[in-house]
Amino acid sequence: MKPSPFIFAATLIAFSTPAFAGTISIAAGPDAQERLQAALIDAKPGDVVEIGAGRFDLTDGLSLDVDKVTVRGAGPSTTILSFKGQKGAGEGLLITSDDVVVRGFAVEDSKGDGIKSKGANRIVYHDLRVEWTGGPKTTNGAYGLYPVESTDILIDRVTVKGASDAGIYVGQSKNIIVRNSTAMFNVAGIEIENSYGADVHSNIAMHNTGGILVFDLPNLPQMGGHNVRIFSNRVAKNDTANFAPKGNIVASVPVGTGVMVMANRNVVVFGNALEDNQSANVMLVSYVSKFDDKSYNPMPRNVTVRDNMHGRSGFAAAYGGSPEANAMLSAGQFAVLWDGLDQTPATLRVTDKVPVLSMGFPRQGAPAAEAKPAPADLSLTVAMAEPAPVTMPASMEAAIK
Amino acid sequence: MKRFACAVALCASLWVGLTGVSPPAPVNDALIVGDSLPAKLSEFGLLINAQAGNAGVRPYKLNTLLFSDYALKYRFAYVPGGTKVAWRDTGMLDFPVGSVLVKSFGYPADMRKPDENVRIIETRLLIHRASGWVALPYVWDADGKDATLKRAGSRIDVSWTHLDGKPRTVSYAVPNVNQCKGCHDAGGVMTPIGPKARNLNDGVQLQNWVSAGLLDRMPANAPVVARFDDAKASVDARARAYLDINCGHCHNRAGPANTSGLWLDWEQPVGVNLGLGKRPTAAGRGSGDREFAIAPGHPDQSYMIYRMQSLDPGIAMPELGRNMVHDEGVTLVSDWIKTLK
Repeated sequence: MKPSPFIFAATLIAFSTPAFAGTISIAAGPDAQERLQAALIDAKPGDVVEIGAGRFDLTDGLSLDVDKVTVRGAGPSTTILSFKGQKGAGEGLLITSDDVVVRGFAVEDSKGDGIKSKGANRIVYHDLRVEWTGGPKTTNGAYGLYPVESTDILIDRVTVKGASDAGIYVGQSKNIIVRNSTAMFNVAGIEIENSYGADVHSNIAMHNTGGILVFDLPNLPQMGGHNVRIFSNRVAKNDTANFAPKGNIVASVPVGTGVMVMANRNVVVFGNALEDNQSANVMLVSYVSKFDDKSYNPMPRNVTVRDNMHGRSGFAAAYGGSPEANAMLSAGQFAVLWDGLDQTPATLRVTDKVPVLSMGFPRQGAPAAEAKPAPADLSLTVAMAEPAPVTMPASMEAAIK
Repeated sequence: MKRFACAVALCASLWVGLTGVSPPAPVNDALIVGDSLPAKLSEFGLLINAQAGNAGVRPYKLNTLLFSDYALKYRFAYVPGGTKVAWRDTGMLDFPVGSVLVKSFGYPADMRKPDENVRIIETRLLIHRASGWVALPYVWDADGKDATLKRAGSRIDVSWTHLDGKPRTVSYAVPNVNQCKGCHDAGGVMTPIGPKARNLNDGVQLQNWVSAGLLDRMPANAPVVARFDDAKASVDARARAYLDINCGHCHNRAGPANTSGLWLDWEQPVGVNLGLGKRPTAAGRGSGDREFAIAPGHPDQSYMIYRMQSLDPGIAMPELGRNMVHDEGVTLVSDWIKTLK
C-alpha cells in the first residue's frame, strides 16, 4: 500500500524540526519593539534571530527565554538597538535561558543595564558594542554586559563605553572568560565579583576610573570569590573621574586605579602592561565597610602579582585622605598599593620590581586617619600555587569560530 | 477547522449568555489542559465578560494588592469539576492541573465611581497545565467583545479622573510573556503570586471556598497578612504585607532578584537581607547616592524609597508594571522605615 502523502509530509516535518535550525529575520522599521520581541518569544531552540542592518528604536526592554537561540546582527557598527526612548524594564536585553549566543550588534543608551543574562548557562557574548553615546555620565546605566548567577560565560571581542558602574560585570558566577575586549570611559572597565574561576586576558581597559576589578561583597547568595587570573591585558590611562552614584562599591574606587583585588583568594595578576594609572597600577585591599555576615571574609588572600610591565603610576594619588597626604604619597610614584592587612603567614606576593606602598591600616575598616603609610616589600612571600586556566565547553568556542 | 467551529459555537453561546436567553456553554477544559495558545480569550469560555466569570469561575479578593498603575483588577479562579485546591500554610495554595487564574485590568472614567464606565484593557490568564503554569496576556479588542492574545506585549495610553478629581494619564504596559515570568518565577519555574493562603485569608473568603468544596481544608490558625490600607492594622503589618506582594515575588531567595541579596518576602526576618543597613549590590544609579536600601529611621536616606518614587526605568522599582508612583505605598513604607531602629 502506498503511504498517504499526508503521513509522509508529517514525518518529514517531525524529523526536520531539530535538524534544520530556522532563521527569523527582523528588518529595521516601524514597530521594531513588537516585531523583535515577538521573534524572541517565537524562536525555537536551535533558531537564529537575525537582526538586520540599521537602527531599531525600542520603547521597552527586550527579553529572551528560549534555550539554544542565537541572536545575530549585521555587526556592532551597523545593527544598532537604541534604547534612548525606553519607557520600562531595567535593561536593554534580558536573557534568562541557556546556550544562547549574542553577536554582531550594538546596544545604545539603555536606561539601566545594557545586556543582562541571569541564570543563563553557557552564554556567549561575541562581537558586540554597548555604549552610552553621551560619554561618561552619572545618568548612564550601571552595567554594559551583566551576566549573573550563571556557569560558563564567554565574553569575546566586546566593546563597552560609558557605564556608570562597570562596563563588563560578571557577578556570582562560575567558569568565566573575558577576552579580546575593550572597556573605556566606564567607572570600572571590567569587574569580576563574587565569582569562582575567571580568566580575564588580552583586553584593553583604558580611560575608566579603574581598569580591572576583582571584588567580593557580603550578604549575597554566592560569596567567597576565588581563582581569578588577570593576564596579558593593557590597563592604562584610567583617568576618568569617578562618576558612579554614591553607595555603590565602585564609587569608592580612586581615579587612576589599574587592577584592584578586594576580598578574594587565589588571584594572579601577570604579564599585563600597566601604565599611566595615577593612583596605582595594582591595589590589594580588604573590604572597608562594616558588615554583618559571619560567612564573609573581607581580606585578599593568596594573591600573586608577577611579570607585569609597569609604566608610570602613582604620580597623582587619589586614595582618599587629605590632599597633602596624597601629594606626599604621589612623590613615591608607587606602582602597587596594599592596605597593609594580611594573614599570618603572609599570602600576598608581589615580585614585580616596582615600589610598593603599604597604607599600614591597623585593622579592617579602620578610618583613613589611622593609616601609617610606608614602603613595603612583598617579594619575600613564599610562591603560591596559581589557579588552573579556565576552559569553556567546546560548543561555545565553536559557536564563534 | 474543528477548533474554528468550536470557537464559533462558544461565541454564539456567549452571546446567548449575555442576552440571558440560556446559560452559556461551560468552560472549555480540553483547551485549558491542551498545549495550544488560543488567539481569542473567548475560546476558553471562562468569562461572560471581562468583569464576570462563567459558571464555576469564582471571583476572589486579595488582602493586599500588587500596585498596577492604579488599574482596577477583577480576579477569578477556576478549578475543574471534581478537583480541589490543596491547603498550604506557606507560599501558594496548590491549584490542581486544569485550574486557571484570571485577572482583568481596567480603568473607570472616574476613580471615585469605580463601578461606572470601566474601560477594560487586558485579561491575563495563568493556566495550570501538566507541564506547569503558562501565562497568556489577552488585550481587549476595540469593540470590547473579545480579547486577542498579545504574547509580545503592548503599550496603551489610558486617561481617567483620579480620586483627587484631577486628570491622570499613563502609558499602560501590557507585559509580554517573558515579562510575565519576570515576576511569576520561583527558581526558574512559573508560579502564581497572589493566591497565597495569607493573602486570601480575610476571615470569610477561604471558609467559603471550603464549604463550596473548592478548597480541601483550612486550619483554625491560618496565617493572614494585613490590608495595606487598613487603618486599624499596625504600620509594621501593613508595610510588610505591601513589600511582600509588591516586591517579595522577585526579591526572595529563589526569585528573579535573588542575586541582589535584598529579600522582602513575608518570611524574611528583620536584618541586612530585609534591607536594614544593606548596601547596593548592582543598583547602579538606583542607589540615588544613598548608602542603604533601608537606613532605619530615615526614609529620605533609604534608596528603597528613592526607587519607589522614580519613574526612570533605570531606577524605578518594581522594574515591571509600574509607570506611575504609588503615593500611598511610598507613604506607608516611609512611615514604616521611620519606626525602624
